[in-house]
Amino acid sequence: MDLRANIPDGPIEQKWERHRFEMRLVNPANKRKFEIIVVGSGLAGASAAASLAELGYRVSCFCFQDSPRRAHSIAAQGGINAAKNYQNDGDSVWRLFYDTVKGGDFRSREANVHRLAEISVDIIDQCVAQGVPFAREYGGLLANRSFGGAQVSRTFYARGQTGQQLLLGAYQALSRQIGLGQVTMYPRTEMLDLVVIDGKARGIVVRDLVTGRIRSHAAHAVVLATGGYANVYFLSTNAKGCNVTATWRAAKRGALFANPCFTQIHPTCIPAHGPHQSKLTLMSESLRNDGRIWVPQQQGDARRPGDIPDAERDYYLERLYPSFGNLVPRDVASRRAKDMCDAGHSVVPQGHGVYLDFRDAIQRLGRPAIAERYGNLFEMYQRITGENPYEVPMRIYPAPHYTMGGLWVDYNLMSNLEGLHVIGEANFSDHGANRLGASALMQGLADGYFILPYTIGDYLAQATLPPVDATHAAFRQVEAEVNERTARLLGVNGSTSVDGFHRQLGRLMWDRCGMSRNRDGLEQAIVAIRELRERFWQDVYVGGKGEDLNQALERAGRVADFLEFAEVMCEDALHREESCGGHFREEYQTPDGEAKRDDSRFSYVAAWEWKGAGAAPQLHQEPLAFEHVHLAQRSYK
Amino acid sequence: MRLVLHIWRQAGPAARGAFVRYEVPDVSPDMSFLELLDVLNERLVAGKDEPVAFDHDCREGICGACGVVINGRPHGPQRATTACQLHLRRFADGDEIWIEPWRARAFPVVKDLVVDRGAFDAMVQAGGFITARTGSAPEANAIPVPKRDADRAMDAAACIGCGACVAACPNASAMLFVAAKASHLGSLPQGQPERYSRVVRMVDAMDAAGFGACTNHGECMAACPKEISLDVIAQLNRDLIRATIMPPREGKSWVGSA
Repeated sequence: MDLRANIPDGPIEQKWERHRFEMRLVNPANKRKFEIIVVGSGLAGASAAASLAELGYRVSCFCFQDSPRRAHSIAAQGGINAAKNYQNDGDSVWRLFYDTVKGGDFRSREANVHRLAEISVDIIDQCVAQGVPFAREYGGLLANRSFGGAQVSRTFYARGQTGQQLLLGAYQALSRQIGLGQVTMYPRTEMLDLVVIDGKARGIVVRDLVTGRIRSHAAHAVVLATGGYANVYFLSTNAKGCNVTATWRAAKRGALFANPCFTQIHPTCIPAHGPHQSKLTLMSESLRNDGRIWVPQQQGDARRPGDIPDAERDYYLERLYPSFGNLVPRDVASRRAKDMCDAGHSVVPQGHGVYLDFRDAIQRLGRPAIAERYGNLFEMYQRITGENPYEVPMRIYPAPHYTMGGLWVDYNLMSNLEGLHVIGEANFSDHGANRLGASALMQGLADGYFILPYTIGDYLAQATLPPVDATHAAFRQVEAEVNERTARLLGVNGSTSVDGFHRQLGRLMWDRCGMSRNRDGLEQAIVAIRELRERFWQDVYVGGKGEDLNQALERAGRVADFLEFAEVMCEDALHREESCGGHFREEYQTPDGEAKRDDSRFSYVAAWEWKGAGAAPQLHQEPLAFEHVHLAQRSYK
Repeated sequence: MRLVLHIWRQAGPAARGAFVRYEVPDVSPDMSFLELLDVLNERLVAGKDEPVAFDHDCREGICGACGVVINGRPHGPQRATTACQLHLRRFADGDEIWIEPWRARAFPVVKDLVVDRGAFDAMVQAGGFITARTGSAPEANAIPVPKRDADRAMDAAACIGCGACVAACPNASAMLFVAAKASHLGSLPQGQPERYSRVVRMVDAMDAAGFGACTNHGECMAACPKEISLDVIAQLNRDLIRATIMPPREGKSWVGSA
């Protein structure tokens, strides 16, 4: 298979502008003849659906939640980056581009990232016009704050709810189009398969989650904006419903899945408290500005933290990274916490955790200053744990948070399957092996507001798309397969719950394909995943009926897909014999334990082709060239 | 700890519902309220009984999906806390807990604790937005917004659309929800051109959806997990009165009519 990224010619700063001119347009009167399906209503999906409808396309939008406003983008706390240089601190499109490629540990496409940086400024304009209440200075102009991986202040924010406010902006634009009849919204509707006719994506098969009815929807193009797959670990900071089903089903229909092993583990989350834990809660990265991370020097030290004198504490990040200290990047902070716990220094009985201690900051700045900065976070921590972080140190541990991998797309955000476009976290495109804070919101909205609406027009203007509707034999065939699968899930009638399998898979992935990986572990994991998958199909108990609201059935389908996808994730991690960004292979590290990239062998995108159940997936490579950003080893010592 | 749960079970919109008693003998006070329901459901599934259907997603208090009435209070006893962030340490060993869905004509029960809140979306579709086509925006700093106005907009915009305000209201009014959106957008310069038409359209949609009228009980504010203030209702009423008593003549703007 020939993977063509379709990056336009010309100097990098002119590529997007030139491409916009060269792309074909759809005549305004013809736009209404085209139907476009958008799956997902987060930042990427809602902004794309609204923008496409504004252009005159007929849009159908689908989400599994009861309202498009609840997509998981809503939970993003920190902010959104943009190269506005309002702080006059030397920011520029070029600097944002440079920081993002470097932060991604040189595993992203330069041309895509440059375009993202260019568009970042338009996003802020658009959101302000929609009424997003960004933080402002007393003079009435927009405020900024700094974030990890950058030396300039370029992050725009709305208290600790930036994702919520940006999503509501996109949701309201989408709602306006629904009210105008330009978008037909299908809430509580889950995509269960993709329909490909003559090599082109022409529709989807969905399940109405209230009635259980399976239905087909045909269109001229399909857009997947269905987010990431961090819930493969069961415990993550993602919402409970986040899943890989839409992108995985597309992969099984021929779309390539790129870099699935690139996952981001966020260092500051509240540790799991017991066997019934259902999800993990993120505590903002900003806490590391004033909190000091430590563990007792003595293994298994059972004393209360206040009783452990300074001389018997190990402030390990400050010890290992004197210049960055507690502010090392996410991947480094996470891995070191794991090392400490694995070595027996955990501060959570029968579990994993390290201290994040504000004692010194409170002594230095006073309690009111700390309350002013972090009051709402402290309150949230206390609500969940019952402990008062003003008096005892917080206990934190890393948790899966974001996935950089996703369906492979070209510069136009179209997958190798013609007509299938993939945007936001669901694609692989812009973050390489590690995403910087405040960049996910930027990418979702760049794709949805400002890239896809142009590139999809270019596709529709030149594609040969004979009329098809949901009565076409291909839809009938896929519907039958979906129905058969539902019947199979219900028919196993075993003795283990869906969540029971999901927890086992999550544990396995966390241990073998989590913060650090090695050959033996990954090889064992692949065998174990196959066994677990087999047991799932022999012993899962779903219960209830297909023709009803059946939440266990919804989860069962998603877990069945995770059980297939996890294997590809491990294959990818196994084949990438280097450490980069969130992918740390224990065999490939420097003598002092830092990640060691291998640019001569692995400077490429790994795109995997599904070859059927039981067969090994096939690797395709898209080479990455770095012409503008100097390849360098990251150092935070 | 041991808890006794009385949970509203209802097979579908047209079916008759009833409370069913369940005993959960061994839960941890560190569990969240929804994890309690998870544990109960795992037990029910193990006995091949039908699990309790309930809406939930982010479990960090921001998506607005979860929401049940716990001992008569939407989202339960803790101030400014959604059901997903409520933890069992708020209860005592041996407590009896009554759990039921939001009850309002405009929020029909779908199944068990799941209700249809589509009426909230319909009100936003009617006018809860600023018309700003993608690509048409001026430079973001071209219009300064006084910090006080931006903060007020943000206070109102914090609404998560969970519906607790409706469930708490003796009239099942959606006034707090509508007013929060109207105040959010109406407090910003970008929202002025549609300020009055927005209020009229959203209130019309509220009436059409079957929500009751506001009679200033204030229960909504007490139940709101984001502590949205009743002030937003005052602002809504003011804008609504202005829009209905002094509607603009043809061709005149709303702002100019005052």
